[in-house]
This record gives sequence, C-alpha cells and structure tokens, in this order.
Amino acid sequence: MNSKESQNRNIIEVESLTKKFGSFTAVNSISFNVKKGEIFGFLGANGAGKTTAIKMLCGLLKPTSGQGTVAGYNIATSPEMVKRNIGYMSQRFSLYQDLKVWENFRLFGGIYGMKSRDIESVTAKMLKDLGFEKERNTVVESLPAGWKQKLAFSVAIMHNPAIVFLDEPTGGVAPEARRQFWELIYLASQKGITVFVTTHYMDEAEYCNRVTIMKDGAIEVIDTPQNLKSNYGVNSMDEVFYELAKV
Amino acid sequence: MLRYLLEKEFKQFVRNKFLPKLVLFYPLLMMVLMPWAANLEVKNLRISIVDKEHSAASNALINKISGSSYFSNTLYAQSYLDAMSHIESQKSDIILELPLDFEKNLVNRVDQEIFIAANAVDGVRGSMAGTYLTSIVKEFSQEYMDTGLKAPGIEIISLSKYNPAMDYKLFMVPALIVLLLTIVVGFLPALNIVAEKESGTIEQINVTPVGKYTFIGAKLILYWAVGFVVLTTTLLLSKYFYGIEPLSGYARFYLLSYLFMVVVSGLGLVISNYSATMQQAMFVMFFFALIMILMSGLFTPVASMPVWSQTITAANPLKYFTDVMRMLFIKGSNLGQLVKEITILAGFAIFFNFWAVLSYHKSS
Repeated sequence: MNSKESQNRNIIEVESLTKKFGSFTAVNSISFNVKKGEIFGFLGANGAGKTTAIKMLCGLLKPTSGQGTVAGYNIATSPEMVKRNIGYMSQRFSLYQDLKVWENFRLFGGIYGMKSRDIESVTAKMLKDLGFEKERNTVVESLPAGWKQKLAFSVAIMHNPAIVFLDEPTGGVAPEARRQFWELIYLASQKGITVFVTTHYMDEAEYCNRVTIMKDGAIEVIDTPQNLKSNYGVNSMDEVFYELAKV
Repeated sequence: MLRYLLEKEFKQFVRNKFLPKLVLFYPLLMMVLMPWAANLEVKNLRISIVDKEHSAASNALINKISGSSYFSNTLYAQSYLDAMSHIESQKSDIILELPLDFEKNLVNRVDQEIFIAANAVDGVRGSMAGTYLTSIVKEFSQEYMDTGLKAPGIEIISLSKYNPAMDYKLFMVPALIVLLLTIVVGFLPALNIVAEKESGTIEQINVTPVGKYTFIGAKLILYWAVGFVVLTTTLLLSKYFYGIEPLSGYARFYLLSYLFMVVVSGLGLVISNYSATMQQAMFVMFFFALIMILMSGLFTPVASMPVWSQTITAANPLKYFTDVMRMLFIKGSNLGQLVKEITILAGFAIFFNFWAVLSYHKSS
C-alpha cells in the first residue's frame, strides 16, 4: 500500500475545467483532485460529459477554459507530455484485432519507447500473471471478449504509467469477467498506478476509493462511496444515483 | 517508434485476406485484359451490298471490297429495304447501293453518285465503315481510270511517328499504370486510415505519444513499397506479354512514378481526413476516380474534348501523369522535355499533402 505522503500527492488537479462545442457546454467548470494510487470512479448518465472530460484529461481535446494538470503536466499546453505518462483503455476494445497477442504488446511497448528486451520480459511476466501464456501467439480477434478486455488493460499499463484512464472498460462483459477485471484494477493500484475509471455499473462504483457523479456537464457530488450512501441514507450506490437523478 | 509501426503495418498488410491478392492480381488482370477490352480500333466491319446492275465493273468493285481487310463480312441484298433489314437486325454496319448504269457511267467518265448509308447507332463503327468504304471506292475508280488516261495526282502517305504501327496497346499500357497507382497508392492507404477510425484503434493511438505524422508516415511507406511491387509487376508483364518497355529507360520511369505516388497518396489522405466511415470514403473516392479518369485522356484524347472540358482537365493530376507516362514509354522523353509536367505534378504533391496536414489538425 502507498505511504502517507504519496497518498496526499495529487496526480490529477483540475480547476474550473470547461469545454464548449459552439453554444453547447459539454463540461461546465468542473474542479477536483485525484490522489496518487487512488481508484477514482467517474460516474454519470450518458451525455453527462464524462467522455469529454476524460478526453481533455488525456490531451485529446483542448479545454475551452480552466486549468488542469495530469502527472504534473498541463493538459492544455503540453498534451504530448501528458500522453507519455498515462495509459488509456477505451469504451471500445481498441487493440489490433489482426495482430497476435505478443505483437500488440510489442507495438504499444515500442510506441511508449520501451526497449525491445524490456518489452519481451514485461510481456512474458504479464501473460504469466494472467495465466495467458499459451495464447501468446493467438490472433486477438479469436479471443473471447472478457479476455480481450484484460489484455487491453495489461497493454495499457505495460509501460508502467503514473495513471491509467479506463473509459467504460467493462461494457458488454459478463459479470464474472467484470469481477476478474476489477481484480486486475486492484493489482495495478497496489503497484502505485492511479486508476481513473468511468462506468455505468453502480456495483463497480462501490469498488472505488472515491467517486464523483456528473450531471449535465457539472460535478454533482464527490466523496467516498460509504459517505455518499450514508449522506443519502441509502444502502447502495445504485440508490445514490437514483436519488441524484430525481433532483 | 517508426520501426514498430512499420512492423505493425507490414504484418497487418500481409495478414489481410484480400489486400495482398489485390496487389498481385489486379495489375495482372488489368494488364492482360484491359489493352484488349479498352481497344478503340474498329475491326470486323460488315457491309451489305445492293447491286442493281451485276456488271463486270460492279463485280470488280464488290470483289475489291470483300477482299479488303476492313470488311470481314459481305452480305448481298436484293433491294435497299432488304439491306436495311440487315442493319436493323445488326448484321451489317453499312449499305452500299450500286446504280443500274454504274459501268456505263464509269466507262464514259460521267460523274455519278453511288449511295452509301452507314448505321449511326454505333457512331464509331458507322463512321469508320464510311471512311473505309469511301477510300476503297475512290481507289477503285482511280484504278479503273488508270487503265485509260492517267490523271496527275498527289499521293499522301501518312506516317505515325513514335507509334508507327498505331499499336493501341502501346497507347494503353502506360495509361493503365496511372490507373493502378491511383487505386493502390492513392486509395488503399486512405481506406486503411478510415478503417482504423471505424474500429477505434486510432483513438488508442491518439492517446499515445505517437506523432500523427509518424503514424500516417508508416502507412505511406508501406503503400509506397507496395507501389514498387505494382510498378515492377506491371513492367514485367508489359515487357514479356506485349514486348513494350519504356523507351526512356527505367530510372526516369520509377522516379516520376514516385512523384505521382506522392500526389495521389496526398489526395487519399485528404479524403480520409474528411471521412468518418469506409462507406463515405469509398463513395467520395468513386466520385473523384470516375471524373479524374474520364477527364485524364486515359481512354479518350483530351484534345478532342470541347474547350471548356479541356480547361477542367488542367486541374487533374492524372492528366499530367498520363501524358508523362506516354511520353516516357512511347517517345522516350528526358526530364528536360517534361519540365512542365513535373513542375505541375510537384505543385499538386505540395498542395494535397499540405491540405492533408492542415485538415488532419482540425479533425482531432
């Protein structure tokens, strides 16, 4: 587990971050911090502005106004430095389907500037941890969805980034596979990788250290799942979400 | 970083079920079939003759016609109506009617008219048949008169420079190379990029430190290499199948082909930047390809287009490269003689690639 000081260090700092598309405000002046090693849940209904927010944090979209740093780099002025220090796994499974398992590791390792030798040892270790060694030479296309998800996550953290962004990583995956996936997230978090995750599943929100719920481009609440539940006097995150939606 | 991306592109290309076959067989198909199919030479013309006289002279003319290489089939009709039925049932392209006093008038040197009716439904065949038939009749009357008084005349012998046998294949093969390069090097990399947009992998790449130009550069390098394969296959086929080689030699041929590849791959990138789906990209390409090919002089000469459409062809890079290819193959021109075309193609290369870079920035 992380030491006291490193837990207090913020890896993401966001101050009145805003994104407008024409007259439409997708993200309206959001502010929050994420501590190093934290599992931070980013919740909200479809169209609440989650994906826009995550795109700004990853350096894909320029904010209209406001400040933000990720891993110590300004997201507006040095997005390329941000990209070097993060991992990313999207809603859609976005590894190369027509490449073999090891080839995907090799490609993304190479992209993050890892040495060929390191790529090989990291790949071997990760596949061993996943119990996935015999699929090393399998073309990704022919793997089951749950396995692909785990593989994509492993590839996203193989260069040992300071933070990994997961945009609805478990969409369309069976419950058992979702549980296994969260075990991987915990393992990564124990290694000191901060996890920033968006999800639709409220049971998954319970696994997070802290969650924020977005609504109409703004942050409604930000707290631990326990505090949220007791504040609203309910037993599950599902009900918290429901209470918020009513307002 | 580029090394890993190149590895990826080559593996994906080789592993694709369709693309390697396309690159090998498309040139083969085009080179073997197209020069025969896209042939504008008119052959196997058919004629219907209505001979009202049946004299020695009319027989001599008919023998001359059926003995000529222009007409492969001679039909005899009893009347003009009968001959028309040949035309209507598409058995004949032209009618020749010889009048009753044909021989008498010929002997007496009286001016006379013989009746020729060509089928203009297929205009090219009709007019070619008309031209051939007129020249045969002229020659015949000349010969007939030669037996008597010799009239002084000027004989015109025309010589086709550079392509003395007027070999249509020599005209088509260089043009087919233009077509092949446009499709393989212009459109395939663009489709490849749009495919990555569709599958979402480009999103993954965009959050990595890979520069956009490195990513696209890796794709272009692959397709430029594929372009080399296509060029070489085409050259080998043209040499061993048709005995056609670029008169200019190979260095100039490859050099200018690469200039053209930069032009079309730039155009492809522009299209890929504005297309979100493969379907969209395909339609845009189809639209441009059709216009660019028809307006390039590839099949029909630009010089015979109306002036306004010649003005449009001036904005078509395919037109200049078609000219360049023909000049290299048929005339063996050197770079100095092609300065104008090279400058214009280089201009297109800069224009499209610059546009591609600018529009790429906007799309992300």
